[in-house]
Amino acid sequence: MKKIIASLAGVALGAIAVASAAQAQGTSTLAAVKARGVLNCGSNTGLAGFGQPDAQGNWNGLDVEYCRAIAAAIFNDPAKVKFVPLSAKDRFTALQSGEVDVLVRNTTWTMSRDTSLGLNFEAINYYDGQGFMVKKSIKVASAKELSGASICVQQGTTTELNLADFFRANKMELKAVTFATNDETIKAYDAGRCDAFTTDASGLYAERLRLAKPDDHMVLPEIISKEPLGPVVRHGDDQWYDIVMWTHYAMVTAEELGVTKANVDERLKSETPDIRRLLGVEGKHGEALGLTNAWAYQIVKHVGNYGESFDRTVGAGSPLKISRSQNNLWNKGGLQYAPPIR
Amino acid sequence: MTDAIRTPAFEAKPKVSPLYDPKVRSLVFQAVLCLVIAFLLYQAYANAVENLRRAKIASGLGFWDNIAGFPISQSLIYYSEASSSYGRAFWVGLLNTLLVASIGIVLATILGFIVGIARLSRNFLVAKIAYWYVEIVRNLPLLLQLLFWYNAVIKALPEVRDSISFPGGIYLNNRGFIFPTPNFGEAFWLVTVTFWAGVLGALFYRAYARKKQEATGIQSPVGLTAFGLIVGLPLAVFLLAGMPLSFQFPQAGRFNITGGVSLLPEFLALLFGLVIYTAAFIAEAVRAGILAVSKGQTEAAYALGLTPKNTLNLVVIPQAMRVIIPPLTSHYLNLTKNSSLAVFVGYPDLVNIFTGTVLNQTGQAIEVVAITMLVYLTISLTTSLIMNWYNARKALVER
Repeated sequence: MKKIIASLAGVALGAIAVASAAQAQGTSTLAAVKARGVLNCGSNTGLAGFGQPDAQGNWNGLDVEYCRAIAAAIFNDPAKVKFVPLSAKDRFTALQSGEVDVLVRNTTWTMSRDTSLGLNFEAINYYDGQGFMVKKSIKVASAKELSGASICVQQGTTTELNLADFFRANKMELKAVTFATNDETIKAYDAGRCDAFTTDASGLYAERLRLAKPDDHMVLPEIISKEPLGPVVRHGDDQWYDIVMWTHYAMVTAEELGVTKANVDERLKSETPDIRRLLGVEGKHGEALGLTNAWAYQIVKHVGNYGESFDRTVGAGSPLKISRSQNNLWNKGGLQYAPPIR
Repeated sequence: MTDAIRTPAFEAKPKVSPLYDPKVRSLVFQAVLCLVIAFLLYQAYANAVENLRRAKIASGLGFWDNIAGFPISQSLIYYSEASSSYGRAFWVGLLNTLLVASIGIVLATILGFIVGIARLSRNFLVAKIAYWYVEIVRNLPLLLQLLFWYNAVIKALPEVRDSISFPGGIYLNNRGFIFPTPNFGEAFWLVTVTFWAGVLGALFYRAYARKKQEATGIQSPVGLTAFGLIVGLPLAVFLLAGMPLSFQFPQAGRFNITGGVSLLPEFLALLFGLVIYTAAFIAEAVRAGILAVSKGQTEAAYALGLTPKNTLNLVVIPQAMRVIIPPLTSHYLNLTKNSSLAVFVGYPDLVNIFTGTVLNQTGQAIEVVAITMLVYLTISLTTSLIMNWYNARKALVER
């Protein structure tokens, strides 16, 4: 009888364990991150300029700096991030299941992803569009001449769907070859399996540098889609949603106000009300997020403003040399616009 | 069993409390275990449903009829990215998996038997080559081999402009192996009917020849007759019907050779990889099976005056098959399951299309993965069933 009682008790404990595992998902992400002491950030498996580890294993890129900024806002330490490399196809499952707290992995914001996946897109940290890269030797000047050409494309991306739409709209014949990861896709293209390679324009420039002979390839002028890239979180935690969203807006606002990594300490003494509110000298905006009032100060101090981050990773100061254009501030001809911090 | 030997003395055994009755106890424990398992399964299910509901993730199979909208490079049935549904994409993937698995199983069996017998050859070179082939291939990870074959296929083959062309409109380049599309004429059904009639006739003739040999000891030329019936007769009908078959030859297009049927390099690489890998395992099973037949059997066959060929065919292989078939089944299953590595070489199999793109576009991981698991389970169990039936037929009949 004792044995029976013991086994029944075991069952009951097991049931409680299952039930509490179910509840763990419901608790605040911020509390979980703080308790863990590190932010789990879903990132690319390797895309120059956005998220890629260097030879020493240090991650860098625009998306990576976004994660560092969130960590700086929470912990006042940009190093407290664990980067979890995810393929395009696994990324949403990893976020849904709670393996990562936030997904910043050059992910396109679309309506179906925002609604039926149980996820929320937040802000747009890079305005992109899909393009094509071809070998110069096939003598193609426009994407409209690609009818019948083999196209290498990565699986599980909006790219795959846009490609089909573009060929359909222009009544062209499509022969797509689909691979699981970006690496395999670009390798197959480089080996001559396809006539063209398609992905977001930023990715084309980044991948071209990795080809055996970059000068033999060119990017075609057409941009066939809108690809707003941004961070994603799970449904149901509004506080966490706000933290991730306002991290981006703090960086954009800092650039707009001329607050940089170098001058942020000196700007603490500024008389301008906007700067005082941003850096937490006035108001209690950080506390309303569940952080300290110095949250934005910590972001700029450790990572810098949006413009600095852009230049360092994908812009003029990087090997990619992508111009700001659409990603410039709204008052400089671009689309980056932050709601006021007040 | 106990009923037969039960005696009145046993029936009048002293009354034992059910708590200490081993029979009652074991029943209770089994019932409790069943309840625990049922409870845990229910919990897992309820937990998943609750979490999906809370996270507002779509669930159910509502996505099945939605337009897929993504391209697939190879499909055996009609598929268009403009109008076909996710359900259609599922069938395309499943058929592609079955295609590579079935062709792979046939080729791996042939190659495996050749290599297995070669390992036992008295010729030093043949035996050593087979030995090294088996040892190297069996001990390298399959994924590595697939990537090797894929790179070997696309890197070693020439670009489209320098395609190797064979007589008869057959081309080989790094976009695949391209050959003319056959167009069957109206009278071609005559040839098809004759072919099947020939197969049937050959089977009848074989049964007749066996009966005749058992009765009179006279052997009949079965192989030659079967060849005549299956190949010769349809050929004669084909020629008499005025050759109702034409070919559409491939032509050089803007980017690639167009027209004609093409085998994708992805398909070739996957097939090569799977066949070469699995054949090494089959070869070992074949070798083990042949070695399991005692030497006395061969010697007895020779003593009876059988030729070495007949000894192998009539004495050794039938007995060896009993040892070979069970491991062969599991190698067939492995080949089918291993074909899911297709995604790494870009071949559109079930896992690539369904748990890859469809899962990602719909985000319904639980449904998609469950369906895929069910499909592989069904394929595996069906293969096992067929092989078990074959095994039962070949097993030693005990009297």
